[in-house]
Amino acid sequence: MPRPGLVLDVDSSTPPIVFHHGEDFVLEKLPAGRSRVIYPPEPHEGLEDTDAAIRHALEHPLGDSQPLSTLLFSGMKLTICFDDISLPLPPMRKPDVRQRIIEAVLDTAAAAGVDDVEIIAALALHRRMTEDELRHAVGDRVYDAFAPSGRLYNHDAEDPDGMLEIGTTDKGELVEINKRAATSDLIVYVNINLVSMDGGWKSTATGLSGYRSLRHHHNVHTMQHSKSFMDRHASELHHSNWRMGKVLRDGGVKVFQVETTLNNDTFGTSALDTASPLSMLQKREWEWTAKDRATFMAVQAGLKRMPARAKRAAFQSWKAPYAVTSVQAGEVEAVHERTLEQNFAQHLVPVEGQTDVLTMGLPYICPYNVNSVMNPILVMCLGLGYFFNMYRGKPPVREGGVLIMRHPTPWEFHPVHHPSYIDFFEQVLSQTTDPVEVEKYEQAFAEDEWYRHLYRTSYAYHGVHPFYMWYWGSHALQHLGKVVIVGGDPKAVRRLGFAPASTMADALEIASDVVGPAPTITHVHNPPLLMADVT
Amino acid sequence: MKALEFSRKPARYAAAMIAGALRPGAGASVGPLRLRDLDEPEAPADGWVTLRPRLAGICGSDLSTIDGHSSRYFEPIVSFPFVPGHEVVGDLDDGTRAVLVPVLHCEVRGITPPCPGCASGDVNRCERIAFGHLEPGLQSGFCESTGGGWSEVMVAHPAQLVPVPDELSDEAAVMVEPTACAVHAADAAVRALDALPDRDGPVVVIGAGTLGLLTIAAISDVLPDGTPIMTGGKYAHQKRLATELGATTVVSPDELNGAVRLATRSTKLAKDHSGSSRTGGQLTGGAPIVVDCVGSEASLAQALEVVAPGGTILVVGMPATVSLDLTGLWHREVALRGVYAYRREDFRAALQLVASKDLGRLVSATYPLSRYEDAIVHAADAGRRGAVKIAFDLRKTSERKP
Repeated sequence: MPRPGLVLDVDSSTPPIVFHHGEDFVLEKLPAGRSRVIYPPEPHEGLEDTDAAIRHALEHPLGDSQPLSTLLFSGMKLTICFDDISLPLPPMRKPDVRQRIIEAVLDTAAAAGVDDVEIIAALALHRRMTEDELRHAVGDRVYDAFAPSGRLYNHDAEDPDGMLEIGTTDKGELVEINKRAATSDLIVYVNINLVSMDGGWKSTATGLSGYRSLRHHHNVHTMQHSKSFMDRHASELHHSNWRMGKVLRDGGVKVFQVETTLNNDTFGTSALDTASPLSMLQKREWEWTAKDRATFMAVQAGLKRMPARAKRAAFQSWKAPYAVTSVQAGEVEAVHERTLEQNFAQHLVPVEGQTDVLTMGLPYICPYNVNSVMNPILVMCLGLGYFFNMYRGKPPVREGGVLIMRHPTPWEFHPVHHPSYIDFFEQVLSQTTDPVEVEKYEQAFAEDEWYRHLYRTSYAYHGVHPFYMWYWGSHALQHLGKVVIVGGDPKAVRRLGFAPASTMADALEIASDVVGPAPTITHVHNPPLLMADVT
Repeated sequence: MKALEFSRKPARYAAAMIAGALRPGAGASVGPLRLRDLDEPEAPADGWVTLRPRLAGICGSDLSTIDGHSSRYFEPIVSFPFVPGHEVVGDLDDGTRAVLVPVLHCEVRGITPPCPGCASGDVNRCERIAFGHLEPGLQSGFCESTGGGWSEVMVAHPAQLVPVPDELSDEAAVMVEPTACAVHAADAAVRALDALPDRDGPVVVIGAGTLGLLTIAAISDVLPDGTPIMTGGKYAHQKRLATELGATTVVSPDELNGAVRLATRSTKLAKDHSGSSRTGGQLTGGAPIVVDCVGSEASLAQALEVVAPGGTILVVGMPATVSLDLTGLWHREVALRGVYAYRREDFRAALQLVASKDLGRLVSATYPLSRYEDAIVHAADAGRRGAVKIAFDLRKTSERKP
């Protein structure tokens, strides 16, 4: 039986705590008597028979939905859409759960005599997936059957003939999604709900949409009113997506949603799992065995000797041994409520009150640098966007408090994946880091032909995407009094508008200017992921 | 008198070329430049006057000469030995402070009738710079007959002198000559823009050293408000000054292509399908006017990448022998035009600009002649050391600013 999460009060006997530091790990001793560490629940048990659970979910749908087999008929137009490379993180070991679901849906469709089937990576304005990445997500059998004939492909939000306007919400938000999907008799959406932000109407209303729709909720105002965007009921981002979902439903777009949850077994929990050399990271530090400590030291020593490029390649090749903890299918909202229960059960940790300082170690990966470089803008987005928002109720750090993150934050960009990020970093952030001011530059990037060309034909994130990264952190920027990055490239850190520090002690000294001496500290332990339920 | 003299010594020149390639400015130590006690120069003709330099700047063309990078084009239009220094503010015997207009044109050389360039006022286009009663030399500071600013005494023709208003400091006055170059470049940019059917688009200035910064100041002064001026600055102080002097977009040099691309809604021709802005790349569109204030192979290549089809590249920085792929110039019908020095009236505008934009602040450090090696190294490494203009200070010690 997995143990629940806990909050540990740090005292003098507490061992140093593991922090992610990009492609490294660091042990930090947090100040005793005024620090606490939030530990996630242990990984939940996976389903005994995932394929059986999938088949069961397809035929026993939730909410106002018929079983999948009764929704399929000969002569129909079926489109299967699936979450892209941004999920899960790190990527999961084969077989990916999307492959299992798509194969099950295709088997059901074949039995019903459906032959007009197309499969779309619902990537919105993310970069296109490569063949290898598509193969990993859907499996070789599906890829070989569909891709060569052009029936498995990446969504293209800038295809002038590929998008269809469905309508407008009661708040004036335009709803436009992929035309093939919108004109199908049925969309089967295959999701991985790694965290509670994912899924629901966000799958179709965001994943299959384009700039004209996204700009209604991917903006500073929405993100500053999403507290947090991991809590869908308190998230304006989700309210907007749900309004759009209603327009889709009322407009006749029929969605059969298949959502899945994974446990938080990022690095492997079994000592017998020899493919998991970092399994000690899943444990609480005081429970490390002598072997765990020796392995950790050996890993650190090895990482120190490795060239940066080799280290990046090694980490990016890691496939997590997640277990699938639930599969539910049917009507979008009913499915998603069940999904959220599973997410929260795995991630939530009850936490009382706020502290002056929040600390976190940022890993080597975020949703937008799979097989790529974690550039400074993504560091900001991961820390102030995703990790800061991993709360329900209120942030674990008080308003006006300080966020201290660890990450090397190199001034480095992937030239193919992130071309507009380079220009954003140089031309926008050099002028302002205020999200409201940043937003004024958005349109020029969003409508830039070169970025559009690269998004459509290369493997580049859309021109507007770095803006969204910045907006993702706008609630945190509004809430916090200061942000400090420990161990980052000082020049890059300053460009982000943050303070660089070389050690945690220096960072706490810098923080004292804002929160006074001897501040109280919350450390969010990672790995693996958790969500603070703060009262 | 004390003077720095540059003599024709091929072995030393070769040594300077090697040393200068290894470390910019190192040619001062091993090359033909030496501090000497020389006789004061004699007036080459009636009417010439004595000018006692107060401050004399170190220019990029001086550095090129000292480090042995100058083109052989100059061989027939300089005369050895010469005392360098053509950015000069000095005292006349009557107590007047004056700035030197160093071009040695027909009038100065006693040539009548003047050549067509001089007759039309374009003394910078003089066709007689190797003739007349002076030894060859395109400017004072490259001519055996006149001496130069890196000395205690030189001679000048009255047509070469512009009085300095009392309110202008020596530091400001020594910036007048390079500013006149920038004024001339700005005038050329305006004329090139006027000649275009569509004036829309930014003016791009490549280089944010002394000449680049002054050109930004001059261009922002004459172009209509709102005309975007884009530049790439390698160092923080260059970026700050470029912004203060009128550039509207200031990025790193390797980001300039990306910035111009974005501003001009252009796309890029990338062989590897990479979207990188850092690696440069040929734009499909670009800026109608690109002002190259560096003149190097790299800067000219970048200018060709970011100039719009039908646009004009103004080469303001002194180039040397370069290797360039001109296919784009041909294919995109780009004009490549040199901009050298100034007309005399450019000095009037330069005096005003120096005063109105406080350009004396660009003088970052001064040295006595005795420390010429340090001065040259500092000037050659100015950007990295947070400096812009380095000058020799020839004032009496009691007159020097602390």
